[in-house]
Amino acid sequence: MNPTLSRYVGKSVPRKEDARLLAGAGRYLADIVLPNMLHVAFLRSSIPHARIKSIDVSRARALPGVVEILTGMDIWPFLAPVPGMQNKPPTAWRRAVEHTINIPDQPVLAVDKIRYVGEGIAVIVAIDRYIAEDAAELIDVDLVTLDPVTGIDDAVRMDAPRVHEHLESNVVAEFCVRKGDAASALASAPRKLHHTFYNHRCLALPMECRGVLADYDARMDSITIWSSTQVVHWVRREVAKRLELPESRVRCLAPDVGGGFGVKGHVYPEDILIAFLARRIGRPVRWVEDRQEHLVNSAHARDDRHAVEIGFDNEGRIIALRDQFLKDSGAYTPVGIGAPSNTIAHLMGPYRIPHLEATARIVVTNKTPNAPYRGSGRPEGVFVMERLIDLVAHDLDIDTVEVRRRNMIPASAMPYASGVPYRDGAPTIYDGGDYPAAFENAIAALGGLAQIRERQRNALAEGRYIGLGIGSYVEGTGAGPFEGATVRIEPSGTIYVATGACAQGQGHETVFAQVAADEWGVAPDAVNVVISDTAAITLGYGTIASRSAVNSSSAIRRASGVLREKVLAIAAHILEQDPDDLELRDGRIFSKSKSNVSLSLKDVVAASMPGWDNNRPKGITGGLEVTEYFEPPTVTWAYATHAALIEVDTRIFAPKILKYVVVHDAGVLINPKLAEGQILGGVCQGLGSALLEEVVYSDSAQLLTGSLADYLVPTASDMPSVEIIHIETPSKLNELGVKGLGEGGAIAPPVVIVNAVCDALKPLGFELFATPIRRSDILQAFRKYRAATPLSR
Amino acid sequence: MWLPALSHGSNDGMTDKHHIEVTINGTATQGVIDARRLLSDFIREDCALTGTHVGCEHGVCGACTILFNGEAARSCLMFAVQVDGATIETIEGLAKSGKIARLQMLFSEHHALQCGYCTPGMLIVAHDLLQHEETLSSEDIREGMSAALCRCTGYEGIIKAVTQAAAERPTAPQPQSAQNSDKAS
Repeated sequence: MNPTLSRYVGKSVPRKEDARLLAGAGRYLADIVLPNMLHVAFLRSSIPHARIKSIDVSRARALPGVVEILTGMDIWPFLAPVPGMQNKPPTAWRRAVEHTINIPDQPVLAVDKIRYVGEGIAVIVAIDRYIAEDAAELIDVDLVTLDPVTGIDDAVRMDAPRVHEHLESNVVAEFCVRKGDAASALASAPRKLHHTFYNHRCLALPMECRGVLADYDARMDSITIWSSTQVVHWVRREVAKRLELPESRVRCLAPDVGGGFGVKGHVYPEDILIAFLARRIGRPVRWVEDRQEHLVNSAHARDDRHAVEIGFDNEGRIIALRDQFLKDSGAYTPVGIGAPSNTIAHLMGPYRIPHLEATARIVVTNKTPNAPYRGSGRPEGVFVMERLIDLVAHDLDIDTVEVRRRNMIPASAMPYASGVPYRDGAPTIYDGGDYPAAFENAIAALGGLAQIRERQRNALAEGRYIGLGIGSYVEGTGAGPFEGATVRIEPSGTIYVATGACAQGQGHETVFAQVAADEWGVAPDAVNVVISDTAAITLGYGTIASRSAVNSSSAIRRASGVLREKVLAIAAHILEQDPDDLELRDGRIFSKSKSNVSLSLKDVVAASMPGWDNNRPKGITGGLEVTEYFEPPTVTWAYATHAALIEVDTRIFAPKILKYVVVHDAGVLINPKLAEGQILGGVCQGLGSALLEEVVYSDSAQLLTGSLADYLVPTASDMPSVEIIHIETPSKLNELGVKGLGEGGAIAPPVVIVNAVCDALKPLGFELFATPIRRSDILQAFRKYRAATPLSR
Repeated sequence: MWLPALSHGSNDGMTDKHHIEVTINGTATQGVIDARRLLSDFIREDCALTGTHVGCEHGVCGACTILFNGEAARSCLMFAVQVDGATIETIEGLAKSGKIARLQMLFSEHHALQCGYCTPGMLIVAHDLLQHEETLSSEDIREGMSAALCRCTGYEGIIKAVTQAAAERPTAPQPQSAQNSDKAS
């Protein structure tokens, strides 16, 4: 880049996306209409576990307007199941971590057995969605119901029914990470605590549900798929394999996508099935998921239980940690070991812990499959660690802030090898920053420890319960394996940038234009960014795991650098100047020594054209287009401390957030305003899962939260004001110095609020070991306390 | 989906055809539709006005909010037959008319949108609030904007944008703090 010309990276440039979205001119999946398009509805199971005896579609097929109905039995010979390990751990991880993995694949429709409420039984294609849904009602399914596996305890029982008969047990994966010798260290630790923690099942819940549209072109034997997905290249890969087409005949695009947060981050049965139907029928076929369908069909998240032992000394210094946890993944686990391996990699957080033993076991049950959701395993691990710190503090009667100070990795220890392998198999190395500074800043932003504790004491004297909650975390961001960028200068002189990232509201069109604008010395408006389209770039990975700002930006920078060499070589040839004497500014190439000598990018494109009348120096090939791939060595570590002051309202037994602070470091911020938007959105989701959101199943594995009237997400009146303080320690792992931050905001809020409530109610001896916070638990605590100390009121 | 049976083929009248006339964004429109056709589907599919988004189809999320005879309404909770003779405004009409131009600008300035899916409904909820409430405390604004769900922004930008728009109204008093406000609305 022109180092002196960093004009747009770091600025809160207005979003390119806004104009269309504010005018109702965005184009989402359900807005796309093709000629002769057919509509899809699914018959989905209302029974969690059953054997299918027979399915009679004759009445449904007779309904006028119905074009096709297929069941799992019809389809399975033609369509291989959707893989259960879509994000495979690399060989390095397999070598570094003891593991057994037997994760099942998922048939696109239930074949002989139903494994969860919401699983597809039959697909109906009709001329109209209403008719397709009518037809679904006319399908007769004869089932033999089976005892459902309803949760972790049920799944691991010796005599448990098996969700997948071909597997030996309901435990489909187990892996263990060790550092030092946790067993001996725990045996000799001066103090120990044992606790069980539970992270409840919750949802990403984007405002747009999922959807897929496919159009088959018989002339070229090719297929185009529009999917509301975060990973267009994964969809292309799986569809190409299953339809036995070369990748170049399968194109996947994501139009405007109405939020993702992870739930759209893998390939679903519908991505493949709709493509299959479009080819089979020879007409465009569209499926738009409705909300009730989304709540049972699209992936759920979290849902794990940790049995933890922590050993520490009398000053509160942690010596060893052992965590054995079980994750209820539902009937399938499409992203494999992703979330639980994140849980282990992030468990120790910003603390020095000499000995660790962490074992994850993934179990299958008769519930909707789980997949990563914003944070993906990190909120779960951070809940355990940050809750433990407070419990250690309470055990020793030391301030929770002081225990953190005693264990936190100092800035002087950076870079710090945490001693465990990361999810990519590389050793985990926290690559920079100042964790204690973020932590102390957060406490200071709440008024400072002395003032907080005084306020708390004064309130208590009046019978009011104020609490301080803290959650510090580290986050591996910008995960590999790669992302690419194609950069070209179009004949018009416009900079074209394509990358494998897919946006769902992050503002990629804006931030990638900022990155490219600085590379080319132009305004972001002069950059045309194309994302979410497999036709725009051959290889891509997609937008998951807080990775796009790091990987796509770095690829854009790399490709721009290579292309710039070529542009300058051609310009030098035309201007008869030395390439080193040239610089890019305002869309032109200037001579540094002769101020009146310059050339536009358009002139260079004209000179670069292959063929007649080109004006290229010898050895320079025609055209101005470069594709480069950025392969990060490993993740780069962002970190933050979230802290809150809350007051427990003793009339309604609910916490009220008085102030919420985020101090975070995600390296260089490309667009600070958009970065803050990511954090605020994450915090809102995190607070939702702390206080409101919960997927509830009955004892018979029926979903009880099947509508938005039952599954409650935060509204405008639920959100507190949030103060954000940025620390910007440039990453050394990429030239732009950026780290990811898409997920961070959602990681800490659950434990921050739980810690705050426990801090407020410490006089009652109240401790919580699970999310979400239920008013009934707080009420219970007061009842118990008042019963035990009748004179206190 | 497997929602309760619509008893297809019986004489429930759900697929009876009805002729409706409705003014949408100033244009007189007519159509023959099934009794059961949702207003949101009529607007999106029959009138090709896809700026009205459908987020839940059970009246919770507010993404499908439109103006029905000048009042905010959830188009997923209405049948198209109910709007016979009515005037409807959607995001497309409001955007074109310039009536929400300032709100749109403030939404962008305060980063009140990310994925944009809730945005049309959110803008109409805000417009409706600003049109109908003469005084708006910050509490009123939060409560009013709670009529629609956003999953991206954490609402902060939305509240800032609406608060500023409220303060800028020529006749409106400045937004007051919650304590001073008369919450009669």
